[in-house]
Amino acid sequence: MDGKILGYTNTTFEDMYTVDNNGYYGKFGGSFIPEMMHKNIEFLKLKYLEIIQDSNFQEEFHSLLRDYVGRPSPLYFSQALSDIYGGKVYLKREDLNHTGSHKINNTIGQILLAKRLGKKRIIAETGAGQHGVATATVCAKAGLECIIYMGATDVARQKPNVDKIKFLGAKVIPVTSGNKTLKDATNEAIRDWISNPESTHYIIGSVVGPHPYPDMVSRFQSVISEEIQKQLIEKTGKSNPSKVIACVGGGSNAAGAFYHFLDQKEVELIAVEAAGKGVDTGESAATTALGNMGVLHGAMTLLMQTEDGQVVEPYSVSAGLDYPGIGPLHAHLFDSNRASFVNVTDEEALNAALELTKIEGIIPALESSHALAALSKIDIKKDEVVVLNLSGRGDKDMDTYLNYHKQKAQ
Amino acid sequence: MNRIANTFNNRRNNILSIYFTAGHKGLNTCVDILKHLENSGVDIVELGIPFSDPVADGPTIQKSSETALLNGMSVKQLFEELQNLRDDVTIPVLLMGYINPIIQFGVEAFCKKCHEVGVDGVIIPDLPLDIYERHYKDIFEQYNIVNTLLVTPQTSDERIRQIDHKSNGFIYVVSSNGTTGDKNAVLHNDYFAHIKSLELETPTLIGFGIRDNKTFENACKYANGAIIGSRFVQHIEEGYSDKHIKSFVDEIVKS
Ligand SMILES: Cc1ncc(COP(=O)(O)O)c(C=O)c1O
Repeated sequence: MDGKILGYTNTTFEDMYTVDNNGYYGKFGGSFIPEMMHKNIEFLKLKYLEIIQDSNFQEEFHSLLRDYVGRPSPLYFSQALSDIYGGKVYLKREDLNHTGSHKINNTIGQILLAKRLGKKRIIAETGAGQHGVATATVCAKAGLECIIYMGATDVARQKPNVDKIKFLGAKVIPVTSGNKTLKDATNEAIRDWISNPESTHYIIGSVVGPHPYPDMVSRFQSVISEEIQKQLIEKTGKSNPSKVIACVGGGSNAAGAFYHFLDQKEVELIAVEAAGKGVDTGESAATTALGNMGVLHGAMTLLMQTEDGQVVEPYSVSAGLDYPGIGPLHAHLFDSNRASFVNVTDEEALNAALELTKIEGIIPALESSHALAALSKIDIKKDEVVVLNLSGRGDKDMDTYLNYHKQKAQ
Repeated sequence: MNRIANTFNNRRNNILSIYFTAGHKGLNTCVDILKHLENSGVDIVELGIPFSDPVADGPTIQKSSETALLNGMSVKQLFEELQNLRDDVTIPVLLMGYINPIIQFGVEAFCKKCHEVGVDGVIIPDLPLDIYERHYKDIFEQYNIVNTLLVTPQTSDERIRQIDHKSNGFIYVVSSNGTTGDKNAVLHNDYFAHIKSLELETPTLIGFGIRDNKTFENACKYANGAIIGSRFVQHIEEGYSDKHIKSFVDEIVKS
């Protein structure tokens, strides 16, 4: 299958990286959903733009981002990273958001949507637990029932977030199928939605899933690059950086950090995937290095799979990057060479986390540490402005960091 | 005329269709199970292609799929096993599975193989009508493969009419909002009666949650027949001899 067969209708550079009328980015995207989900997805498809572009919605969304989430998040110039890696390295501090990551930008948007749809019950999947916490948080605020599906493996390795989700009044359902991680939690959330289509809205946590989710989540996250542009003008006099770096699990923080630069050719976009123990070890989550076209969770995208089309279990020390696919936008950015993809091993990410902690006093999330580790793998020229999206903070990863630190000291 | 249409031309009521997952009981077992089902008087069989992420399936079929994959089942293996299908089996056989393994095999190659070995149709839950029509319909029709469409309690009347118009074979009426084998599936006679009142052109089979004589006979009051999946998959956990399978079918169609 090529893009022509799927009928991608966007043709100019300006709209090449936005979704077309059928829900595709180039060859990727669409909504490959069972009939049980048709009514909900079709309704979203027809109405999401009207709802989220409505001025009341926008006003409520932006006032919550400001007063509840604490936006704009700072754009911090890191002299220490610049000294080591060259250029001028800025950190976009999504770690300082309420609940500790970028995930809250999307859940604020989707809870406002769910209220307008009249839904009474919210479900979500989570890997690292950040999306689970961000969803449980907005549900507590909105007074809606909240169910979080989380792979049993992740329940064990992200305990602080599990505790928070429960304390916020949501129910955590550990998922024991498959590899017991993010993919399996997503399967279970989809099954829940199939079983409860009337009462329930599914807040997907990344730019994955059937159209219109990838576009909708990208739009909610696009506040990140909107702010970067304004902040760069203040700090450098120019709205465009030379490079933007972000980690990619499903790709929501990267979509948000890239969004307003997608049609700015001069801005280099760098997406960082988790190599796990190494791309060739069989224990990896580097989708673009290992995957090819396929359908998972309602979208045609790049996917780690066997020759027979069975989805391969990914591996990464980072629960938020432990996913065998990427969002269709990113598959398209890869396929069209608009973004370059770098991958980073567990160990490289862990070392990058220790480094930032030591030189800046900022403890990053393991996911974001993958983006940090990419700094040493790319060529940065002297005057280049590099913006790195620090997607979350490392509270949830303290056990992993302490164990690694101890092990290294021995 | 194809075998599915034939079946409904010969009989308009109490059609029993059985689902099981290829490879669940080991490699090279599915043709034996098909034969035993035909001997027991089953009218149509849906042979599941296992997939790693079956989102429309409940725990029973998830587990049978996992077992089948561990046993080494694949699309390629399945077609090898079905090579001489029509030497022994005369009832309609549909393949039921998710779109990704079919895309990896190649949609055209898949349809061609179906045609060669005598598979009559497919049920692909995550291939929605619009994508089917835009990209795949011509290929399926070229090889005479019937694409079976689903309707659910979420499907509007307008869309049901559209699906009726675009269907051949039968319409798969999903009994309730849920995944396969849902224990809590309440069988909504109101919903069934509503479907019946639409007087669709295409025959209908009710599936999901049909599990015994009572639920089968009830479904048959409103549709041309019914589909049993999870309950049969559980039954063959204990074995798949001719006798064991016949006892299951006899229990369903008692009267
Ligand atoms: C801090 C943080 N960054 C990144 C991710 C990866 O998700 P995405 O690729 O959608 O940004 C997660 C997911 O849990 C996360 O918690």
